[in-house]
Amino acid sequence: MLPRTCLLALVVGVFLVAASGTASAQQGVEAAISYVRQPTERPAVLSNLDPIPVDEGLAGAVVGTDDNAGTGKFLGHTYSLSVFDLDGDGALVPVSGPLNTPGDLIVIDAPKAAILAFTDRPENKSRLIINVRSQDIALRDTACRANLLHTIPSHAMRADALTQFLLLRGWDDLVMIRGRHPVDRAFAEAIHGSVDKFGLKIKQTKDWVADADLRRTASSELPLFTQGLGKHDILIVADETDDFARYLPYNTWLARPIAGSEGIRPVAWSPVVESWGAAQLQARFSESAGRPMRPVDYAAWAAIRTFGEAVTRTNSADAATLRGYILSDAFELAGFKGRKLSYRDWNGQMRQVIHLVHPRAVVANAPLPGFLHQRTELDTLGLDMPESACQLFQE
Amino acid sequence: MKLNPMFKSLLSVIVAFALLGLNARPTQAGEMWITNEKDHTVSVIDTATLEIKATYNVGLRPRGITFAKDYSELYICASDDDAINVLDPATGIVLRSMESGEDPEQFALHPDNRHLYISNEEDALATVLDIETGEAVAEIDVGIEPEGMAVSPDGKIAIVTSETTNMVHWIDTEKAEIFNNTLVAQRPRHGEFSSSGDRLWVSSEIGGTVAIIDTATQKIIHTISMQIPGISDDLIQPVGIRLTSDGSKAFIALGPANHVAVVDAKSFEVIDYVLVGRRVWHLAFSEGEKRIFSTNGISGDVTVIDVDKLKPIKTIKVGRFPWGAAFKPD
Repeated sequence: MLPRTCLLALVVGVFLVAASGTASAQQGVEAAISYVRQPTERPAVLSNLDPIPVDEGLAGAVVGTDDNAGTGKFLGHTYSLSVFDLDGDGALVPVSGPLNTPGDLIVIDAPKAAILAFTDRPENKSRLIINVRSQDIALRDTACRANLLHTIPSHAMRADALTQFLLLRGWDDLVMIRGRHPVDRAFAEAIHGSVDKFGLKIKQTKDWVADADLRRTASSELPLFTQGLGKHDILIVADETDDFARYLPYNTWLARPIAGSEGIRPVAWSPVVESWGAAQLQARFSESAGRPMRPVDYAAWAAIRTFGEAVTRTNSADAATLRGYILSDAFELAGFKGRKLSYRDWNGQMRQVIHLVHPRAVVANAPLPGFLHQRTELDTLGLDMPESACQLFQE
Repeated sequence: MKLNPMFKSLLSVIVAFALLGLNARPTQAGEMWITNEKDHTVSVIDTATLEIKATYNVGLRPRGITFAKDYSELYICASDDDAINVLDPATGIVLRSMESGEDPEQFALHPDNRHLYISNEEDALATVLDIETGEAVAEIDVGIEPEGMAVSPDGKIAIVTSETTNMVHWIDTEKAEIFNNTLVAQRPRHGEFSSSGDRLWVSSEIGGTVAIIDTATQKIIHTISMQIPGISDDLIQPVGIRLTSDGSKAFIALGPANHVAVVDAKSFEVIDYVLVGRRVWHLAFSEGEKRIFSTNGISGDVTVIDVDKLKPIKTIKVGRFPWGAAFKPD
């Protein structure tokens, strides 16, 4: 990135050229965005393949900041990104960027407990914080916070996308294997809730207990493990830590497809998304980060772009002004998903298309045809207004 | 088959009349050239018979397409080759390729018939290419993902729309510099000047609207919203625009809404929606603006619409993901 003074000089230069008409009314706004991160503890997994990149999330924020600057340079708006590490005791350590302590516009990349502790600090009450990591449903429900928005979809949104797909295909004879970690249980519970909502049933749920090294024995262990599941159309697996599910395909007792954390997966983003201009974002991201774009990278990109879009349209970097605009009907963001992104004004969740993908292609995009809603079909995914217990967004 | 001589002569009379009838119809003779983005080809439709008469191989991922003012050459953005192909319309042979800067998506030919204004989607640049020398004569920094390109009829202004920056950039063609920017709704895809040059129409794909901008002040004077019963508002995603030269009507391709909106270009009221193929991108008029052709990306075909009756006449299968269209009269 350019040094800030240099960037400012550039902005002034462009601004002099561009100083008339629509653009001239908007000038001199500095949006200093803070990226606050606390690494999520990761349990050991069976395979050493596919390590999680250390810059997951932040790499998306960097591209989002560049995109914001692309608009800002014509309007006299500048953007900066300051990174902070949040340790287990809640202490903040500045890592990079111009700020020494977080400002009013914050992206948080942390687990649920750390997010709640951070948003509840007195100095953060009037700030605007966007969660890009936690898919926990409670944060959009009973544990929502008025100063907290979410660009990462909830487990419920992903589960609803999968259920819509199963309904559309008529694959309604379901069984499940779930992992032992809390996040596996949370995703499994979301799928159970979604299946229930759409009138389906999971006939049997089996807990993953095997502790063998499946790299050697998957072919002998898993057929036995799945033998007891009985007749089914599709096997759903909840393994959100990426532990054992990769060994399931082609190792099941019956020749059945797999869905959930493996096989066909409901995701916020994937390198296989290429329509609606997504190829451009994928190219910008991989050029910048040197790797493919992951769902948390996308959520961080969308959070930064949300701030940027609101600054562009309101000509302000004030947290309350931006919050009001982001939650209003006027807000819309082009997010390379085929439909505009906006926010639910009852719990701060960003509406979005959920892609149903396998490693080589997009299979379908939810909301799927036929799932209708009086407001927008995107609200068939996740907690709709009457379903959310969140009251804090009512002025 | 044996025919008796009497019947034979009767038949020849009928054939003669039929041919006469064909000739007596208002002339539709010409060719509609279509770029097929995922086939690396162009399809040529005979606009009299509405049949495919030829398919030619071109560069990788052809998108923008336009003819020289005298139709002696055809220019095509070969996006993945980072080049502009120059074709001989008589033979379909690529005569030469010009370096265009990275990922050219759309372009517009200046009225001087010599300079192409090209949007470089992945480089946030607009490139001005001299067709005679094949050299880039200017590069202009614009917003992120530039796409729509247009040059005003008097040649003084070029505009480029940038999809992620959500702006129309106004370029002084003499100085090759931006002189103003107009913020528009999300993901502006295409800009089209009125034939008088005093208005610019800009489609915002994700915003779902078309802005009418006053060229003199660069300010939005009207925004058109569209609604089609039974189709979600967020699937109405305007892309290509064509305006009749008499200034009476605008045709707007609505992407995944699978319709072309017809708008009264004076009152800005929507007159009708014409059903076409799936994910409609761009449009082009044929002879005398009697018909308009739409490229339907996902269904891989072209719909021909009668401009007076506002009815689809025929759907013609072309290559995979047809994108742009340009007409050449006979």
